[in-house]
Amino acid sequence: MKLAICAGPATTGKSSVLRHMIRKLQAAGDNVAFLKVDVQFAEEDEIFAKEFGIPTRKVYSGELCPDHCNVMVLGDALQWAEKSGANILLVETAGLCLRCSPYVDGGLGMIVIEATSGTNLPLKIGPMLSLADVAVVTKIDRVSQAEREVFRSRIQDVAPNVKVREVNALYGIGIDPLVDAIHNQADTWDKMLLRGNPPVGTCTICVGKKEIGWQAHFGVVRSLENQNFYRGE
Amino acid sequence: MINTITILGGKSRAGIPEAVERIDLNMGDVVSIVGPTGSGKTTLINDLELFADANTQTGRRVLINNERPPLEYRDNPAMNPIALITQHTTFLSDLPVVDFLTAHAGIRAVKKSQVEEMIQKTLDFANELTGEPIVLTSRMTELSGGQTRALLIADATIICNTPIVLLDEVENAGINRTRAMELLRQYRKIFIFVTHDPRIALLSDYRIVMQGGSITQVLYTNEEERTFSHKVSKLDDLLSAMRDKIRFGERLTTHELEGLA
Ligand SMILES: Nc1ncnc2c1ncn2[C@@H]1O[C@H](COP(=O)(O)OP(=O)(O)OP(=O)(O)O)[C@@H](O)[C@H]1O
Ligand SMILES: Nc1nc2c(ncn2[C@@H]2O[C@H](COP(=O)(O)OP(=O)(O)O)[C@@H](O)[C@H]2O)c(=O)[nH]1
Ligand SMILES: [Mg+2]
Ligand SMILES: [Mg+2]
Ligand SMILES: [Zn+2]
Ligand SMILES: [Zn+2]
Repeated sequence: MKLAICAGPATTGKSSVLRHMIRKLQAAGDNVAFLKVDVQFAEEDEIFAKEFGIPTRKVYSGELCPDHCNVMVLGDALQWAEKSGANILLVETAGLCLRCSPYVDGGLGMIVIEATSGTNLPLKIGPMLSLADVAVVTKIDRVSQAEREVFRSRIQDVAPNVKVREVNALYGIGIDPLVDAIHNQADTWDKMLLRGNPPVGTCTICVGKKEIGWQAHFGVVRSLENQNFYRGE
Repeated sequence: MINTITILGGKSRAGIPEAVERIDLNMGDVVSIVGPTGSGKTTLINDLELFADANTQTGRRVLINNERPPLEYRDNPAMNPIALITQHTTFLSDLPVVDFLTAHAGIRAVKKSQVEEMIQKTLDFANELTGEPIVLTSRMTELSGGQTRALLIADATIICNTPIVLLDEVENAGINRTRAMELLRQYRKIFIFVTHDPRIALLSDYRIVMQGGSITQVLYTNEEERTFSHKVSKLDDLLSAMRDKIRFGERLTTHELEGLA
């Protein structure tokens, strides 16, 4: 089984990119399964099932960090994909938590970002970009060659080892290298690990304490003036 | 070093092999792609941008210097020898023009000392194409439609400096097209215009004619057309002068076309 996890902010073109990839993978004789992880609404699973006749699933992460939800269910998902006769599992996840990496060692990590999002975006999205294998830049048809080049160089500034691939996901321009990357990806193994370090952990707000101001909380807290510090036992 | 880019014909929308089996575009060529709406012009330049290898709906193949383009072009965007300007292409940055051009030239320049000259050249080029000159301190997003097109073309030609530039219907933006064609010819590149504009077509070395998703002919601009192109330009200028008069609330008279004679 080969695995690719495709993350990125909403409407950047993840589904559009995956649609072109599925078409090309099918043409190459691969059997693809598709899993969609989202916070509260998604219909890609139904659309792809109908369009490509492939096994698809979705999970809503609800209260969980969507990136961690992805990791929680991935073990089951790989077994499900195997049982459905697939040799490639593609996961589309919202990647909304900008502190966490949605990727695992043993799977291809793809971030999808749009060239139209402004040249500072690469500086703002943390491990979702820096821990990816490939940064797929969509909507290159909408921006000037100049902005395309500035955007690309900003990505390389924060993530020098991430390969940049520019695509027009409307026409399917630039998809072939992504298909090759999956084909060249090693098979998954047992006991795969989440890539990167999870953030410092939950704060007392995460577990339901709603008072305003750090004085009402304990564990890892922060004030406006200080960086994070530890309060309590 | 790119010397030629070759298009090997595929199939039309109806599945019939293209009448033109092979076109070689040589460095320095200025080429137009013409044809009715829906005839496949944009699809053809997408094939070029993709370095199609019988893997698109048209079945065309594209060669560079008579060979399959190196994988590097496909895999490393910084090595891609093509710059594309479409009707939808625009600047989204709200930086001042000078800051934006400095950032872009800074990436492209081999030596830092070149940056200033690159910016000045780009600005001069763009300002030759526009009515109102571009001010370096204005924000990119404040530029008019014509100024934006002019700067896109100037930036692609001078700062990007890719050997191949594709322009998909850039004529509607009110830039000085005759001047643009003259200036572009000073740079040794392959320029490919998708166009409905007789002026651009006649100022090209040849035009690729499309119909039904297929290349049907390659027409070299002949001597008669070359001479006649001045009149076409004149007529075009007269038309835009009339457009301006209408815009400014003036009346038109039968004398408007007298300059044609
Ligand atoms: N050789 C071909 N085989 C199959 N489909 C084709 C072929 N060439 C073009 N098409 C399809 O025909 C449609 C129209 O083509 P395209 O958009 O390239 O036209 P155009 O000449 O650029 O039109 P316009 O002047 O309106 O911009 C597209 O959906 C395209 O995918
Ligand atoms: N112009 C352009 N539009 C795109 C491109 N990629 C995606 N889109 C459009 O962006 C919108 C969101 O795309 P989608 O794939 O659903 O994004 P997702 O939320 O990341 O899965 C759709 O309307 C797409 O047609 C692209 O490369 N160019
Ligand atoms: Mg989607
Ligand atoms: Mg078109
Ligand atoms: Zn998280
Ligand atoms: Zn919290």
